[in-house]
Amino acid sequence: MSISLTPDFEKKLDEAITHYPVSKRSAALPLLHLWQEQFGYISDEAIEFIAKKLEVQSIHILELVTFYPMFRREPIGKHHIKVCRTLSCALGGAHEAHACMKKLTGAQGDDHGPCTSPDGKYTVEYVECLASCGTAPVMMINEEFYENVNSEEKAKELLKKYQ
Amino acid sequence: MSMSKTSINPFNHDVMPDNTPLVNVNYNGKWIQVPKGLNVVEVTQSQGEFLPHYCYHEKLSISGNCRMCLFEMGMPKMDASRQPVLDANGKPEIAWMPRPQIGCATNVTEGMGIRTNSPLAVDCRKGVMEFLLINHPLDCPICDQAGECKLQEYASEYGSGESRFVEDKIKKPKHFDLGKNIVIDDERCILCTRCIRFAREVLDDDVLGIVNRGGNNTVTCHPGKHFDNEYSLNTVDLCPVGALTSKDFRFKMRVWFLKETKSICTSCGTGCNVTIGSREQTVYRLTPRHNEEVNSQWMCDTGRLNIHYLSGEDRFTRPLSRVKGELYETSWEDVLRQAGSRLKTFSGKQISLLASGRMTNEELFLTKTLIDELQVSLYDILPRQGQGDKFLRSADLNPNSIGASLLGVSNDGKNLQAIKSGIQSGDIRALLVLQEDATEAGLSVEELSKLELIIYVGLAPNATAKAAHFVLPSAGFTEKHGSMINVKGRVQRLNQAHLPPGRAMDDWEILRDLRSATTGGNGIHTIEDLFRSMSAKVPALAGLTLNKIGDHGVQLSLTAK
Amino acid sequence: MAVAERRILFKHIDEPGYTVDIDCYLKHGGYEDLKKAIKLEPQFIKDEVKKSQLRGRGGAGFSCGVKWGFIDAKKTTKPIYLICNADESEPGTFKDRQIIHKDPHQLIEGMIISCFANSVHLAYLYIRGEFPEGARILEKAIAEAKAKNFLGKNILGAGYDLEIYVHRGAGAYICGEETGLIESIEGKRPYPRIKPPYFPAVLGLYMCPTIVNNVETLCNVKHIVNMGGEAYARIGKPNNTGTRLIGVSGDVKKPGYYEFECGAITLGELIYDVCGGIRNDNKLKAVIPGGSSSKVMRADGRYKVKGANSEMTEIGLNDIPMDFDTFAAVGTMSGSGGVIVMDETRDMVDCIENLSEFYAHESCGQCTPCREGAQWMKKIIHRMNHGHARKEDTDLLKNVADNIAGRTICAFGEACSWPVQSFIAAFRNEFEAKAK
Repeated sequence: MSISLTPDFEKKLDEAITHYPVSKRSAALPLLHLWQEQFGYISDEAIEFIAKKLEVQSIHILELVTFYPMFRREPIGKHHIKVCRTLSCALGGAHEAHACMKKLTGAQGDDHGPCTSPDGKYTVEYVECLASCGTAPVMMINEEFYENVNSEEKAKELLKKYQ
Repeated sequence: MSMSKTSINPFNHDVMPDNTPLVNVNYNGKWIQVPKGLNVVEVTQSQGEFLPHYCYHEKLSISGNCRMCLFEMGMPKMDASRQPVLDANGKPEIAWMPRPQIGCATNVTEGMGIRTNSPLAVDCRKGVMEFLLINHPLDCPICDQAGECKLQEYASEYGSGESRFVEDKIKKPKHFDLGKNIVIDDERCILCTRCIRFAREVLDDDVLGIVNRGGNNTVTCHPGKHFDNEYSLNTVDLCPVGALTSKDFRFKMRVWFLKETKSICTSCGTGCNVTIGSREQTVYRLTPRHNEEVNSQWMCDTGRLNIHYLSGEDRFTRPLSRVKGELYETSWEDVLRQAGSRLKTFSGKQISLLASGRMTNEELFLTKTLIDELQVSLYDILPRQGQGDKFLRSADLNPNSIGASLLGVSNDGKNLQAIKSGIQSGDIRALLVLQEDATEAGLSVEELSKLELIIYVGLAPNATAKAAHFVLPSAGFTEKHGSMINVKGRVQRLNQAHLPPGRAMDDWEILRDLRSATTGGNGIHTIEDLFRSMSAKVPALAGLTLNKIGDHGVQLSLTAK
Repeated sequence: MAVAERRILFKHIDEPGYTVDIDCYLKHGGYEDLKKAIKLEPQFIKDEVKKSQLRGRGGAGFSCGVKWGFIDAKKTTKPIYLICNADESEPGTFKDRQIIHKDPHQLIEGMIISCFANSVHLAYLYIRGEFPEGARILEKAIAEAKAKNFLGKNILGAGYDLEIYVHRGAGAYICGEETGLIESIEGKRPYPRIKPPYFPAVLGLYMCPTIVNNVETLCNVKHIVNMGGEAYARIGKPNNTGTRLIGVSGDVKKPGYYEFECGAITLGELIYDVCGGIRNDNKLKAVIPGGSSSKVMRADGRYKVKGANSEMTEIGLNDIPMDFDTFAAVGTMSGSGGVIVMDETRDMVDCIENLSEFYAHESCGQCTPCREGAQWMKKIIHRMNHGHARKEDTDLLKNVADNIAGRTICAFGEACSWPVQSFIAAFRNEFEAKAK
């Protein structure tokens, strides 16, 4: 395998595995999270590497990567804007927020999937309920969470932080 | 014997231990007794009925995902003192649950009520049937599974005459290469996971899985990897629909044209029970036939696919005899008369015989008779050792080594060197080769050319046939009757699925006729007669007839060699 | 005037100066209940929980004492595991988020006590993937608790060992189903298991006895130890004891999260007094009372409930007291405490289209009715709502939902079909109008 990992990163993976003394396989999600945080997406090599590390067939890692929407098989924009689309947020203006974010970032594509701006800076995507229904519409930008994104001014203000 | 069961199958939901207590169960209004803990699918089976299902398989773990076997379940009504309430007939009253249960995961307990034909149960099946078909391509006319498809089968009972689905169907991969022997059509797949469970639980080769989510779920193997297991084709049998198909069989023949003949596989010493699927003179497929004592419901891909030589272009279809160095077609009458009279000119010490561990007991018995009557002193079979595995493949690649030993034709190959030396020294001047190639047994073409007489009984050309003076065209294993004894000492039957090509004959008949042309012999007219004379002479077979061996064979008590 | 909140779990939530640090928690009396509990017999704590009549706060409302009672540490040779279900993902629900992000030690303390009561030595905290900050907060809280010997080896010198690890999900609603969650921790696709035979109490995580409790439930255990089971049972109503964390979203003036005694407040009081009424002073049209899976209620509906003298009476929506049994009696459920309010301007087919898209996206696809049915319902509703409705579609849709509910491996079957069934039952005219 052509991947070279830093000792620090490998240590992190090994530490995560210790959380599951009964079954290594349990560490699949934590390892995938760590990988995606480090490299941005889950490559074919990542799947092979993690499968080998956890002593399972690679198909069983692929099964997870393709099931959980948070894992990506391809790199996306530098900043990932996830707009909640489920009922309370929809009532609170999620579709407007999504359209606004697309407009402001220039992200293009079908609303049903990730939309990325041509400069690769932003990816705007609908996600299901983010569990903050009382402050609709809500969204996450990368790992930060934002409530009541109900005006273009507010959206613009937010984007300033993500250049 | 029970050892073999546990080693082949991780689960045996259909086999309950003999000492399982019985419980009383109200089955569709009738009180019956069944072994405690039996699942409801098996309970219906025990009553000669059938609870439709897709994902349930008696030899695999219970997954409960298809929901086809939903039934209405009840438990005995209890009074305040936790005693069952009895009805007017003194039978427990049943409290029926509003929520249907799946038969495969419900194990019967005392007093349980089962309704498999109530309006609720039937409605559940109709609902599931409709769900399974809405995204199905409905391409039965070109589907290999047509005719043996569970979707078709249950749709005729529980399907609707018209579709209520007017939306776009979900698109999934079609004819995706799963391995060297298998193709998958994911649009036909109903995600029952039988193939995945078989690979994981029976083969310990966990390479299949499901990718994506929800309606897009897709059975596959990891890109670039393959399901190339020696037992992969069992998943084609397990697949209740047309998703997994055999590359070898697909598009070759509609299954309803296939004649089914019960027989055994002859590719190794295990003797897996098989069903031969043939039409006219051609074998199209072998499928494993259930026998708990031998192969359960499985067989290896090597054995399964080892049928194409039977329909080879090069098969001998007429007897041949050598005239002035060339082989010419002739009649059976001539070939037998000439071969017999030539053979008679040699003494027993001048004749050697190479028989085969692929011959049936009946053929071997006649061979031994011939050996004795001609007083042939040097004879043997060609041993065949392979790798074998822990599952079904035997290291003994001859299907009937035990029979050859039992009937006194085999010396485990120890005589092969002596035959070679005899030919070299000129002591051996005539050679009978039955279903083997003498060059595989260590004889060179040059040595064969020294012989004054070679009689070859076999299917197709080889180095021996090339050197032979007489070629007697014989039958493949799907073309003959007879019996063989597997490595575990079980005597099992071969049945004729179709006739051998042209004028080729069943080997036992050839041997019978050759014997009669050589030593006179007596007139045996049927294979049954032959078996009777054999069982009269061979103590291990005493009391047996072909009929008694039946479709599942009989375990012999053989003393260790 | 509005019914006053009774903040027990939310006592310090949003309190100025209150932080997630352990020092702050300790200053506010934190871990005192653990110190008390660890000196008690585990069985005593279990008995107190039973006496409290605490019901699970995840959605099903199953008795916590009974759930714990399925497990007997003395009778099993296998290890017992406890999993905190912090996968909060039922649309309309945002209560656990508050505790996780603002008072994590309350949860950790509740978890430690619950683990001690059930002789658990290894526990997992399953938090939804969309809470990365929450996961970090909890991990830090666990480290702090460990440093103070509230966790780890020989806790507080009592000879009891416990490790808790945070396990992050990755965007799958089905992981909120307890056996799906267990499969997820095992590193498999989170396919719910068939029950029987895989009841978590018997064959749970790694085929060992396992308790799965919601965040709010585990926090309540801490307070039960604090006040005693009987005292706790006096909060709320019989069989509906304690407080309930309620989140209100949708068309109200002041959406938010609140804590009330069970049954102490009616839906009307919640909407009009606590949440300031309907936005723009519009008229109320419908309420989903307990997360998106609970059955929708019409604002002008009449609901049969048991009156004071246990005779049946009919009341309006506004008068329905918010507790487990009443919501069940009127044909819906208090579920996860997520109240979604819709006003007169809302198109009900629009609303159910949104939810059906959610369920079609979240169906794991393991079993036939849900895999096929959830997609089908979404497609029908989408078509109906975009100009291609047919007269027969409403009945078809209802029938598809009927063919899912009660026939699947897990409760997702109901979760996806109840909204459809109830929207049609309550607002059939709006569906039929689409065909005109």
